[in-house]
Amino acid sequence: MAERQIMNEQDIQRALARVSHEILERNRGIADLVLVGIHTRGVILSRRLEQNILRFEGNRTPLAELDISLYRDDLQGRLGPVVKPTRFPVDIQGKKVVLVDDVLFTGRTVRAALDALNDLGRPRQVQLAILLDRGHRELPIRADYVGKNIPTSRDEQVKVRLVEADGRDEVALVRRED
Amino acid sequence: MVSPEAAEIRATPPIPEAIPDFAPDGKLRRNVLDLDDFSAAEILSVLDGTAAMGEVLRRDIKKVPTLRGRVVVTLFYEPSTRTRISFEEAGKVLSADVINMSTSGSSVEKGESLLNTGLTLQAMGVDVIVIRHPHSGAPYLLARHLPRVCVINAGDGLHAHPTQALLDLYTIREKVGRLQNVKVVIVGDVLHSRVARSALWGLTQAGARVTLCGPTTLLPLDLLNCGDERDEGHPFAQVEVNTDLDRAIEDADVVMALRLQSERQSGGFLPSLREYIRRWQVTESRLERAKPGALVMHPGPMNEGVEISTGIAHGGHSVIEEQVTNGVAVRMALLYRLCAQPSAEKLETAG
Repeated sequence: MAERQIMNEQDIQRALARVSHEILERNRGIADLVLVGIHTRGVILSRRLEQNILRFEGNRTPLAELDISLYRDDLQGRLGPVVKPTRFPVDIQGKKVVLVDDVLFTGRTVRAALDALNDLGRPRQVQLAILLDRGHRELPIRADYVGKNIPTSRDEQVKVRLVEADGRDEVALVRRED
Repeated sequence: MVSPEAAEIRATPPIPEAIPDFAPDGKLRRNVLDLDDFSAAEILSVLDGTAAMGEVLRRDIKKVPTLRGRVVVTLFYEPSTRTRISFEEAGKVLSADVINMSTSGSSVEKGESLLNTGLTLQAMGVDVIVIRHPHSGAPYLLARHLPRVCVINAGDGLHAHPTQALLDLYTIREKVGRLQNVKVVIVGDVLHSRVARSALWGLTQAGARVTLCGPTTLLPLDLLNCGDERDEGHPFAQVEVNTDLDRAIEDADVVMALRLQSERQSGGFLPSLREYIRRWQVTESRLERAKPGALVMHPGPMNEGVEISTGIAHGGHSVIEEQVTNGVAVRMALLYRLCAQPSAEKLETAG
């Protein structure tokens, strides 16, 4: 396994700061905005975006957590045995929802997340914010806010590590050596 | 038809590194037969999954597409309301197709054996069989001979009722906040209770302190090996036995009353029902000796006025209704777990 760092702590911070600004710019503030993090690292990133927005605007944005395990189309795929709780402290009916995840790859997670949102209400608009777009989409899905675009090969793995879950901030590309 | 080498319960394949979460003990779980083969880690993992399923049950639209295309059969050789409906609801909320089969009106009435019924269901492509049977060990027979089906024990004879025990554990953890060192008093007909037997495995494994209470004739003293030969390493070594409910209940966090079946009196286990009520009914005055805010649980169906007073059954200490609600969520978590783990064939190609 050869590992190569492609984003360090500062890169991640800057990317998230820019994404936070873009969200504010595009939505003209935070009115009706709800940040929805996809478990596990999307939840962490959504909290950081919320902190940024609080710093820039002085107001809090509602945060929600979504686990998409129950909506995957590959049941015996890469799921864990434990479904994490989905928490929505606010009604998303008529709101502008920003889905937050770490990596955009095939697009299947986002598709599952859209289905899950659909069961919870009817948002006015759904936008997608991701830290890293690595390509190889299998569905017609694109992100509205992208921290960084990175061309990858299919057999490479992208590891996003965040302080809250992994003890440090970095994004690394792992190449399998057979 | 049955492979002769299948002497052991179907061996589960080892796990490749990529998916260790499914098998904290290094083996995939194909069946839920009792809690005696659940480690503390696996029990806690099931309880964690249950919380998320509870959220789905609190939604306006209680339906997720997770188990679309999976078939769950409930095969009940004994009457049941809550367990059966609970499994049926759990399956349906997860979008599985649930087929209820009971002995009356089926080929069982024509004398079909349990094994052949199981093989028939397997041939039809059923994914999960939930079985309740009057004979202890019946689910093990199915598990041993049906390699393509997951078997869940919904109560077998006097032996085990693992899903009830898990929902009890979940309810305790949710209400008390932990399981470690929680004092649980199980009172009543422990000897004939599959609920108590599975709860005993689960509670001791999770670190709770268990006291069994009831008339000596209804306590399984041999199970606890209460003599001097008590094996200190055994999970039940620390289980206490006390026939005096007023003493046993002192400082209890949880009091679990068991159903007293009326035939126990005619069977010679009890001198009289009145004596049982006087000495072992869970009442307001007895509960005052427990910890303030102690929980009262009952696996149902209740004989109000026998093992539990009506006031207690419906009073502020009672979590009996929560137990029923949590039962659906626990069963959803188990169905999800069994169906979402990688299949044996997939592991072989991946491994």
